[in-house]
Amino acid sequence: MENQFKIVIRDFEVYYGSAMALKGLNLSIRPRQIFAVLGPARSGKTTLLKSLNRLTDLIFGANHRGQIFIDGQEIYGENVSLPELRRRVGMVFDLPTALPMSIFENIAYGPRLKGIAGRTRLGEIVEASLTAAVLWDEVKDRLHSSALRLSGGQQQRLCIARMLALEPEILMLDEPCSGLDPISTASIERSLMSLKEKYTILLVPHNIQQASRVADRVGFFLGGELIEEGPSEEIFTRPRMKKTEDYISGRFG
Amino acid sequence: MKISRHFTQEIARVVIGVAAFSTLAVMFWILYQVLREGLPLLHLSFFVDPPREMGRAGGISSTIIGTLALTVVAIVIATPLGVGTAIFLREYTRESRISRVIRFGTDCLAGVPSIIFGLFGFVFFVIFLGMGWSILSGGLTLAAMILPTIICTAEEAIKSIPYSFREVSYGLGGTRWQTIRRVVLPNAFPGILTGVLLGVGRSVGETAAVILTAGSSFLMPDSIFSPIRTMAVHFYILAREGISMEMAYATGAGLIILILIINTVANWLLFRYVHRG
Repeated sequence: MENQFKIVIRDFEVYYGSAMALKGLNLSIRPRQIFAVLGPARSGKTTLLKSLNRLTDLIFGANHRGQIFIDGQEIYGENVSLPELRRRVGMVFDLPTALPMSIFENIAYGPRLKGIAGRTRLGEIVEASLTAAVLWDEVKDRLHSSALRLSGGQQQRLCIARMLALEPEILMLDEPCSGLDPISTASIERSLMSLKEKYTILLVPHNIQQASRVADRVGFFLGGELIEEGPSEEIFTRPRMKKTEDYISGRFG
Repeated sequence: MKISRHFTQEIARVVIGVAAFSTLAVMFWILYQVLREGLPLLHLSFFVDPPREMGRAGGISSTIIGTLALTVVAIVIATPLGVGTAIFLREYTRESRISRVIRFGTDCLAGVPSIIFGLFGFVFFVIFLGMGWSILSGGLTLAAMILPTIICTAEEAIKSIPYSFREVSYGLGGTRWQTIRRVVLPNAFPGILTGVLLGVGRSVGETAAVILTAGSSFLMPDSIFSPIRTMAVHFYILAREGISMEMAYATGAGLIILILIINTVANWLLFRYVHRG
């Protein structure tokens, strides 16, 4: 496998029953950059993300064909441990989903599942993750109060912190700013820019402007197909495909 | 003739009000009747003395122990089975032949009259397995009787937990069991407790099935293989055989107080649980 790529996807297809959600996808993603998965609703963006950590396995009737390699390892191959894979490939969903427990317990949830139990060790992880997600200063005095009392933007950063607590290699964020105000959005974007120093990030942007602000490369999806993929300044200034241009210029979407 | 919207609105309000009021009235009338006759006879000695002269005198201590023992056995057996079945139906299978068979079975079980459970318990536990009239036979029979209720309420409780919670847990590297143990069960607990309480209520109040499987001896039990008499059975025998209406009412009042205590403790537990941390 080519070493310069973190993720290599080959002829990958996903079906829900007989409906095809991803068609013949070939895509390679480099480490330490932000790859934006762009496209209108029902274009296969979430399916692509959920295929990378095999959350599609939970969906009744979902099937796949083709291969996905992460660091050269086929993730649909035999002897793949799903908990292990999902710890390496973290995901944040489009709706902030704080579990009904304290802020501390939300962050400690993943590490605890892995078997980390020491109070001081967990405390360090919680502080480091919340700091990385730019939430520490806002919540450090009420770590043991319910996470459900946080605002939407804080809950979404909590979800990011919860993902970071597992020290994954790949971060996937599915419209992490939908339903958030511009200030929360800006703070999440700021944390993404600093996180890409260490992680490979897949982002389903909230809108085209967000993609152009943060993404290094962009893939444009339509109806489950990858229409075109390239560096973001190229996609946004001189797209090769008519459909991409139409979408970016706001003719549909 | 056209009836105005305002008029139909008024009629609906009155009908619904009458329904709510009648429900309350019936409930309070029953409570009043039993407590008026029974409360004056309730002294501490009534609760701590065993029955004497077939129940004409003395207290009800052995029947309180009998009631509690029988209910505990029934709940301890039925809760893990019921919650386990509900988890299986919701977390381990999709709608499939096996889940349809289980659901059909529990629906049927829920509609069976308690006397049929009693007959089954008598034939199977008491005679065939040779357990005799005992707390164990009665508890097993009651467990079978309340199982459908517990399965059904636990399944509803598990169903009401958002799919996104499970997705988060799996997404953070949780196995199926970890997800059930740390996300599904804690959030379903209040609903499960409701089902268990309904089961407690049915066990405490049951007579027919209990007489057939646990007997009606009012001697103090010394193990789960002893026969017992529950408070509800005691009440039934005192009233039915015309032994003593006063003592019957007193027992009834004691039974109501017992149920109030159980519900209060459960509510307190629930409150503590919901407002934990």
